Amino acid sequence: MSVPALEVRGLSTHFSSRAGVVRAVDDVSFTVQRGEVMGLVGESGSGKSVTGFSLLGLVDEPGRVVAGQILLEGRDIAKLSDGEMRRLRGRHIAMVFQDPMMTLNPVLRVDTQMIEAVQAHEPVSRAVARARARDALGLVGISSPEERLSAYPHQFSGGMRQRVAIAIALLHRPALIVADEPTTALDVTIQAQILSEMQDLCTRFGTALVWITHDLSVIAGLADHIAVMYAGRIVEKGTVDQVLDNPLHPYTQGLIGSVPSRTPRGERLRGIPGMTPNVLNLPVGCAFRTRCGRADAQCEEDPPEFAAEPGHAHRCFHPVAELVA
Amino acid sequence: MSTWLLRRLVQALFVVLAMTVIVFVGVNVIGNPIDILISPDANAAERAQAIASLGLDKPLWQQYLSFLSGVLHGDLGRSFVYNEPAMRVILERLPATMELAVAAVLISILIGIPAGLYAGLRPNSWGARSLMAGSILGFSLPSFWIGLMMIMVFSVQLGWLPSTGRGATRALFGVQWSFLTRDGLVHMILPSINLALFNLSLIIRLTRAGVREALPSEYVRFARAKGLSPMRVVGVHVMKNILIPVVTVLGLEFATTIAFSVVTESIFAWPGMGKLIIDSISVLDRPVIVAYLMLIVMLFVTVNLVVDLLYVVLDPRVRLEQQG
Ligand SMILES: Nc1ncnc2c1ncn2[C@@H]1O[C@H](COP(=O)(O)OP(=O)(O)O)[C@@H](O)[C@H]1O
Ligand code: SF4
Ligand SMILES: [Mg+2]
Repeated sequence: MSVPALEVRGLSTHFSSRAGVVRAVDDVSFTVQRGEVMGLVGESGSGKSVTGFSLLGLVDEPGRVVAGQILLEGRDIAKLSDGEMRRLRGRHIAMVFQDPMMTLNPVLRVDTQMIEAVQAHEPVSRAVARARARDALGLVGISSPEERLSAYPHQFSGGMRQRVAIAIALLHRPALIVADEPTTALDVTIQAQILSEMQDLCTRFGTALVWITHDLSVIAGLADHIAVMYAGRIVEKGTVDQVLDNPLHPYTQGLIGSVPSRTPRGERLRGIPGMTPNVLNLPVGCAFRTRCGRADAQCEEDPPEFAAEPGHAHRCFHPVAELVA
Repeated sequence: MSTWLLRRLVQALFVVLAMTVIVFVGVNVIGNPIDILISPDANAAERAQAIASLGLDKPLWQQYLSFLSGVLHGDLGRSFVYNEPAMRVILERLPATMELAVAAVLISILIGIPAGLYAGLRPNSWGARSLMAGSILGFSLPSFWIGLMMIMVFSVQLGWLPSTGRGATRALFGVQWSFLTRDGLVHMILPSINLALFNLSLIIRLTRAGVREALPSEYVRFARAKGLSPMRVVGVHVMKNILIPVVTVLGLEFATTIAFSVVTESIFAWPGMGKLIIDSISVLDRPVIVAYLMLIVMLFVTVNLVVDLLYVVLDPRVRLEQQG
């Protein structure tokens, strides 16, 4: 197989505060191929956004990427200087954020915000940049893009604003787009629509997509791979079929159990008992220990990554099902 | 937009009208104008004649109407002291006050915005901390005390800068200005800084707060995610959002600056409106007091109107609401 669009190895991002060090992202590794969609799933606070920001070099004080490699098309970008990273951002790696009401600058027109994104990386005239912006808007399904360009963000609906943000992310046909819960704030129908449109576009341009969500059902049908995150770690990863049909980590199983569509009629929705642990005070060993029905003395040690079958890995001493590799 | 403007203009008109009533009542009704205006040793016939000539025997509403028509014609009576139309006396002093106020506002913008940006971008630096501490002093120390200290240090002790008067002036459009001569400019330094200190502190803090608020916002992070240079992120994305509160406050403060130049002008013997009104109050030069009050009201109303317009230009969200 060719060089993957993104390969993350042992990424750790920590926040230091007076109360202690928060290991928001801890030894995270995953790979995304060109044109593929990887779903990064986990409860709120599990470190998904910080993982995304780390990829773009957008982690602010008091946070810092303390270890790991981020190979974008084979090149390690984790240790680039600020300037080098800036030239990469928006061009080779782009990001779409959660709240479309907040991501566009309210006092700048849409064309201003798109033209500057083009001109930040290419020395083209304003007119050329504007034409590019217009085409990008058309691409994401915004009608009469020429007129919409002169509008301000508040003149768009939430879904349309998110489309503008996606159009901006696609401007330079990046190798990778990190989409951080971009549809969570939107209507369910619009969610599905945007997700599938975006998947189409990424396949067309060979752009790899990391789709962050706390809701497994959103990406179950569209992702190629899934990585499940818990308390800063990836506890299980594999292809969609591997993870959804044969969940090995008790946490993954809990997540699947809490998805309504997979719950048989009449059966009560099973949530995951317990609460997300305090990040400053994680249990020693497996962080899921305090909520896990299978926990025993061994779980007080750090579970390493086990490969259950090709492409399917987890971090659990007592996986739900034993697979013959 | 135009109906909005019309509505604002009508509102402004009513404010001015309300102020004429207040000024009229304040100066003509509270306290007996006869006692003020007519010599105490005049006899009864002289009194009656004076009352009639001043129109004080007419019903109050008629008195108000003739006062109002005077205001409309710019006729606010003659100054007792200068024996000239009160409005002219004031307007002669207006340029001196204006150039001081404009200089003060320029100082607050040109120093305040960069200083505020710096303090917002490097909040933990030594410089930012001193700026914040200094701005608290600028807020809380009384302006007259700072003015006196400035005179003590820079004029008396060091002898660097003059502390009284406008210095040499030169005419432009038939008006004398200090800022056109070197000597005049030097004379402006201390009073304009004194007048600026409050606004300067305000702008520094406002700008800093704006930067602190904008930096962690999603739109700034998104702008950075696009690969924009830090210059563009701060200079365009952050600045455009900060300008809204800064322009609003500066606009409103401009009128206040003129009104409060009273203190600075008195300390630095700057021959502007502020010094004039203090002198007029001490000798009860009633027409001048009335003219000054009306002028200040007009100024506030006009400035508020301009600020509202600027606000509409700067903030597209307001623009849309007003169309609808
Ligand atoms: N600016 C910050 N300062 C301190 N801790 C932070 C900061 N940002 C994030 N964290 C920590 O990182 C953890 C993961 O956050 P995040 O990636 O936003 O979670 P998710 O996106 O999965 O909901 C949080 O639990 C939080 O404690
Ligand atoms: S390692 Fe132990 S505690 Fe952690 S999930 Fe597996 S069984 Fe549960
Ligand atoms: Mg998040």
